Amino acid sequence: MHFSFLAARKTPWEIIGENFTLLAFALLAFGGVLVLLFLIAGRANVRAQEWLKYLVFLVPALLLLLVGLIYPTIRTIILSFMDAKSENFVGFDNYVWAFTIPEILIVLRNTAIWVFLVPFASTSIGLAIAYMTDRMKRPTVIKSLIFMPMAISFVGAGVIWRFVYYFEPNENRPDLGLLSTIVKSFGGTPNNWMLEAPWNTFFLIVVMVWIQTGFAMVVLSAAMKNVPDEIVEAAMLDGASPLNRFFRVTMPMIRATLVVVLTTIIIATLKVFDIVRTMTGGNFQTNVIANEMYSQAFRQMNYGTGSALAIILFVAIIPVIIYNVRQLRLERTER
Amino acid sequence: MSTLRSRFVAVTATAMAASLVLAGCAASDEDTTTAGSTTTTDSGDSVAAGCEAYAAYAGNEGAEVEIYTTIIDPEASLFIESFVEFEDCTGITINWNGTQEFEAQIAVRVEGGTAPDLAIFPQPGLLASFSDSLVPADADLTASVDANYTPDWKTYGTADGTFFAAPLGANVKSFVWYSPKTFADNGWDIPTTWAELLALSDTIAAEGNVQPWCVGIESGGATGWAATDWMEDLMLRFQDGETYDAWVDGSMPFNDPKVAEVIAEAGKIIKNPDYVGNVPAIATTSFSAGGAGVVDGSCAMHRQASFLGGILVGDYGATIVTPADTDVEGGITTFYFPGVSADNKPALGGGEFVGRFTDSAAAAAVQHYLTTPEWNNAKAALGGWFSANKGLDTANVADPVNKVAVEILQNATLFRFDGSDVMPAAVGAGTFWTEMTAWVAEDKSDKAVLDAIYASWPY
Repeated sequence: MHFSFLAARKTPWEIIGENFTLLAFALLAFGGVLVLLFLIAGRANVRAQEWLKYLVFLVPALLLLLVGLIYPTIRTIILSFMDAKSENFVGFDNYVWAFTIPEILIVLRNTAIWVFLVPFASTSIGLAIAYMTDRMKRPTVIKSLIFMPMAISFVGAGVIWRFVYYFEPNENRPDLGLLSTIVKSFGGTPNNWMLEAPWNTFFLIVVMVWIQTGFAMVVLSAAMKNVPDEIVEAAMLDGASPLNRFFRVTMPMIRATLVVVLTTIIIATLKVFDIVRTMTGGNFQTNVIANEMYSQAFRQMNYGTGSALAIILFVAIIPVIIYNVRQLRLERTER
Repeated sequence: MSTLRSRFVAVTATAMAASLVLAGCAASDEDTTTAGSTTTTDSGDSVAAGCEAYAAYAGNEGAEVEIYTTIIDPEASLFIESFVEFEDCTGITINWNGTQEFEAQIAVRVEGGTAPDLAIFPQPGLLASFSDSLVPADADLTASVDANYTPDWKTYGTADGTFFAAPLGANVKSFVWYSPKTFADNGWDIPTTWAELLALSDTIAAEGNVQPWCVGIESGGATGWAATDWMEDLMLRFQDGETYDAWVDGSMPFNDPKVAEVIAEAGKIIKNPDYVGNVPAIATTSFSAGGAGVVDGSCAMHRQASFLGGILVGDYGATIVTPADTDVEGGITTFYFPGVSADNKPALGGGEFVGRFTDSAAAAAVQHYLTTPEWNNAKAALGGWFSANKGLDTANVADPVNKVAVEILQNATLFRFDGSDVMPAAVGAGTFWTEMTAWVAEDKSDKAVLDAIYASWPY
């Protein structure tokens, strides 16, 4: 009598079977809609067909934009003026909170440091590597190695770098941290790297630079390939020094790409969340806006302050995005 | 199958005498010893042999009851196993639906009109937000909980003055992990008061071979919770239950002098470099790595809940032993985190609560059955689990640490739920964690920590 309970429960195969049946129905329904569309299109006159074309191509995209972007934005703006449970309007309280609480001011300061350092560091390092490998015979190996971190998720990178910065307080145990070991081999005493503010923020920034440098390098190196050899050769014949050739010829020629790379990295940096969350959890004065926003909204269940931080982030990103889009358009029209 | 068979038995019993033989034949290939015998109870329902204990739940054959919970495999299969006899005897089918998304999904299901029959709430606070949808406990359930649990536990299943949810499993946090071998080799005695605990720490520090304490509070995005447990445990020891409740529900301000006294006591151990070594590094040591020091002998004591044992066994090669096993290398066990005096024995812990959303007899039967000593003993005997049920026999709890936990629960002069789970999320899952982390990592003062948490409390 003891196997009887099995009969009442679904076996994995039954569940898989059910799911596949559902999938089949969904595919059939999708096919049905398509057939219907083609039928209508075939019967319609030319003018109607024109309209139908716009309708079929635009409406799904507009719908998705409306549901996935416009509606959430408006709702977040409304929520940011309401209290924790989104029940009463509180005016600008949440914004006043964001700009007066000392812990949140540190968050805003850190985000500013990130946004300033990461784009400039990764773009200049990427640019330097791109320039150096430009005339190299076999740059593939070096470039792939530098590009590799780009393929690692931010969370993965955070976990890897935690081991780099690992600090073992107990002297009797082996030190797992790479940085500590290097410092020790040079005779220094290792620090608890993740704890010492404000240096810990810079240690976190290194991780982001490590990831983004590869992206900057690949895009800039492609732009450099487009600089005509004749111009560089002309500059050489005119007796321009290598430094002059770089700053006066190559740089201006790839200016548009440079701006796009910079702005793209700025946008990515403003949104940085995963690295801080996995490496310090926002503790030790390393917190940034995106992490605090998540913490306020989804851990402390305060949708008001969480939404206000989201809107601050959103407003900060808008000018960068506008600039980015305009540069992209300029670059396209130049070609 | 069980439904078919029990119906068959029921019909035959009321029909004719010859049916006894028939039933015997039908069942004989499964279980010859119980074949054919049926019992008629007072209520007139008939039950198969071995099922007498379930007579009160009769009349629900064919019903299905869904239990929605955070508990997933491997624990879930032990629960399912413990229901088999109940299912066979009552004809009720229990569908165990475990998901880690419980906290987010339960609200969706209740509001969407597809509430589960029963839900196992991991926190009392979450339970309270469903007091409009839950079915209040009936007289039978209330009687069973009154008989089998201390009033504390009933309080946690109560919201807005109405008793809703019956206690299920329990865990205990008031533990100090140590190695009996290390203690025996050094001739240290188990302290029974807070003063003795500090004196022992001094002795160990003075001898200088072993660090007295290992503390670790790092836990990813939840870094700091381990330090909040210290605060809660000491709050119960240096103040009373009423003060603890006032502190947790916000009627006493977080920067009250009473809280300041408690954080100062916690600082005597956590912020004493002679006891814990590098104080700021506590914030970057994970709570499980902190416990590892007890296993490899690099420190003597580590304060953490009962569940740590499983992690230390799995990740650090520890063996859980009894306090008497003083010759096992890497053997660890626990002693009770002492109170101010030896007879002051408060316990900090947690537990789950079973709330009912559907007004059906079958769901009520399952909810009631889970509060009986019979089920609690049967479930505990399957291993790795215990509850606060007063009828739970410690002989059924195999694990030595869980055995001590049950004894602590049954002897506790005072039991309170983990306070940070009950406080408003802005504090309990926010500033209480981050400020305790700053307290060790940045050497933030007691006063600054308490004032910052007070400022964030949504009073």
